[in-house]
Amino acid sequence: MREKPEGLLKWAHAFSAFMNAGDERLDNDLVFSQVRDADQDVYEADSYEQEWAEHEQEEKQEVIERLERWRALKGYRAARRAYALLCVTICMIMIVVLLYTVGSLPAYGDPNHPINNEVSARYIEKGLQETGAVNIVTGMILDYRAFDTLGESTVLFTGAMVVLFLLRADAQSHKYSALAQTMKDSPHSETFYEPHRDVILQKTAMILVPVVLIFGVYVVLNGHLSPGGGFSGGAIMGAGLMLYVTAFGFASIRRFFTYKTYQFVVLIALLTYAMSKCYSFYTGANHIESIIPLGTPGAILSSGLILVLNICVGFVVTCTMYAFYAMFRKGEM
Amino acid sequence: MHMHFVQNFPFMGILLTLICAVLSSVLRPRAARVVTLFVIAAVTCLTAGTLAYTVSTGESYVYMMGHFPAPWGNEIRAGSLEAVSLLFFMGVIFCAFVGGKERSFQDIEETKYNIFCILVDLVILSLQALVYTNDIFTAFVFIEINTLAAAGLVCMRQTGRSLVASVRYMIMNLLGSSLFLIGIVILYTITGHLLMEPLYDSVQLLVASGEYRVPLLMVVALITVGLSLKSALFPFDKWLPGAYSNSTPTGSAILSSIVSKGYIFLLIKIFYRVIGIENIFALGICDVLFVFGVIGMIMGSVSAVRATTTRMMIAYSSVAQIGYVYVALGMRSEAGIICALWHIVAHALTKSMLFVSASALDAASGGTHKRRDLRGVFYRNPLAALAFTLGGVNLVGVPLLNVFITKVMLMEAAFDAGGLHMAITLTAMVISTLLNAKYFLGTIQTFFTPKRDEQAVRVKNSFSLTVGLVGFIVLNFLMGIFGSQVLDIMVSGLACFV
Repeated sequence: MREKPEGLLKWAHAFSAFMNAGDERLDNDLVFSQVRDADQDVYEADSYEQEWAEHEQEEKQEVIERLERWRALKGYRAARRAYALLCVTICMIMIVVLLYTVGSLPAYGDPNHPINNEVSARYIEKGLQETGAVNIVTGMILDYRAFDTLGESTVLFTGAMVVLFLLRADAQSHKYSALAQTMKDSPHSETFYEPHRDVILQKTAMILVPVVLIFGVYVVLNGHLSPGGGFSGGAIMGAGLMLYVTAFGFASIRRFFTYKTYQFVVLIALLTYAMSKCYSFYTGANHIESIIPLGTPGAILSSGLILVLNICVGFVVTCTMYAFYAMFRKGEM
Repeated sequence: MHMHFVQNFPFMGILLTLICAVLSSVLRPRAARVVTLFVIAAVTCLTAGTLAYTVSTGESYVYMMGHFPAPWGNEIRAGSLEAVSLLFFMGVIFCAFVGGKERSFQDIEETKYNIFCILVDLVILSLQALVYTNDIFTAFVFIEINTLAAAGLVCMRQTGRSLVASVRYMIMNLLGSSLFLIGIVILYTITGHLLMEPLYDSVQLLVASGEYRVPLLMVVALITVGLSLKSALFPFDKWLPGAYSNSTPTGSAILSSIVSKGYIFLLIKIFYRVIGIENIFALGICDVLFVFGVIGMIMGSVSAVRATTTRMMIAYSSVAQIGYVYVALGMRSEAGIICALWHIVAHALTKSMLFVSASALDAASGGTHKRRDLRGVFYRNPLAALAFTLGGVNLVGVPLLNVFITKVMLMEAAFDAGGLHMAITLTAMVISTLLNAKYFLGTIQTFFTPKRDEQAVRVKNSFSLTVGLVGFIVLNFLMGIFGSQVLDIMVSGLACFV
């Protein structure tokens, strides 16, 4: 493991980092290299780190000499100041230019605003008739521009996958299990990563959690009738789950929501979403009449696929929100 | 209008990739790998079908994603330029995925290997969407997916360096995405459209009437800067070397050849189909791209000469090659744009081959990362050394290979442009080529110089690595030999853009 640089060496490090501002500055990996050292596997990156350290040792003497001259001129400080000044200047220019641009945009609410064109006219006038959704925003995002929304749900999925990859402490894996093992073996692991059992919080949560969850379900199911929909309702339900786990701990929530549940729910929701959109894109592009009835506008079972899609999005958002929370809190669900 | 079944292929490719990516989240690692291979094969076949169809009809077509036509619903659009670029990109992904398979298994935590496969699927998904999109907001959504998945690919090895590189990658790329998003928002405010055809008409009206001149200028600037930041144009290249050199070989190959190239393709598409290429030529933006491209060409090569590890050297050489693309874009001529499009694909093929072979060479030299330890590696792993040699020689510019064609086209474009453009381009090309020759030929020379007093032990390549490397070599030769045909397809595809 590399020692923490002291005194002059610290300057040497700072200097070499400054000169090579770019790739070689990736040196602040002390924490990770500690974790790696605990690992018995000799991982090939370790030899790289060591080699690098040797390489630095060789050059250190030379750098120190250069640094002496450099410090004498106070060049380092001057360069940093110049850099900071440049950053501020660029930001100020950017702000002024963007403000000027905003100033020359059409006024908000102007009847001659370019966005008041045939596009929004059709969304407003024919939205209800064509999509069956009373809430035209839902009609727009889940029917007129459904491909974008499918993409947005995939963005959530992508984010969740990367977070799972980075943070899930998997005791079964051999390669990077050091962190997971350390977390498991630490004397207070049972309580340390768990929330504290707070009586006030528990009593409040007992009342609030059902209300929050039911409200979330309402917002999702009424997405085509009133403001709301899958994204907002899912966020509410996710918040409910987070409150629950904060009050009662992971052991309690595991009775009905585990990693397997998460995987299963997200899989089914996204597959349903993708399949139903497959159908509607295919029929739309090939000019085939869709067999899905739009129902009576205003009824709960109306607006064709939009209701189904809202439910799918709701599930995905709920699970993703809760997964983020659990991963950042404990590294497992 | 009657639709042929073939016309569904782009849509089928996109949805199939999405479904497989979602499915992989519950599969075992090995099954997920099979699924990814299936996705690559299927999308390649579908793209080949699209290419055959669009070349035979000679025009592009619009595919409605849903029941509503433009300007109300989403659309994608397929033409021969899109199909031919995507076909080569898919070839690259296949070779990179197969060739880096073994190393990926070593580098990535085994219980999370399926997430690696998912991220590769998602990159394929967003690549298709970016190439085919006919809607500027769809482009943004898939840029987000592309950025997130790529950041995931950077940190796959979970070492300190790769995590830091990934954070840098994330910050710089999100800056690029947000500039792009601000650009779209302003564009929507002054036109009221998001689909490309109506946008083009409204922008032409605005240009003719002189209304909203400043916002329109800002739109062009923001979109161009955003996308060039994401494709690592100098001076926005600081995230690139760390990200490319600390990922797994498959990750590096995909990042360098697919992720950044998708953005440039999108930029050219926006130039042609949203703003109008005449308006772009009339603005000063081309000169800005030209100047930074020239500096990038030289600075990238200089940094590559100074790099101590092979992968860092290849990563810096990417900065120089991206410089070539932007110099070509800055020529203000059709010939320049064609050259840029050609070089996007040519560089993708070459750079991914270099990354995969470099990691095989490192492995054959006892897991080193240093250039100087690669001495005599040819006698230990001939195939990888040959692939690397081919890639290096190609980037220096040797006839029959694809980058040579770029250089010839770039010179022609420079002669057409004349004056200062010609002088600067030719000087920069000479300097960059000499530096290229210095670091690539120098490295290659060490490969063939045997180590003294040591018997070289031949490393046995795994089947998958052999397939990947041979695939890369074949792809490179195919593109060089059938250069004129590929160019014809690109030119006719670009003609459909207008």
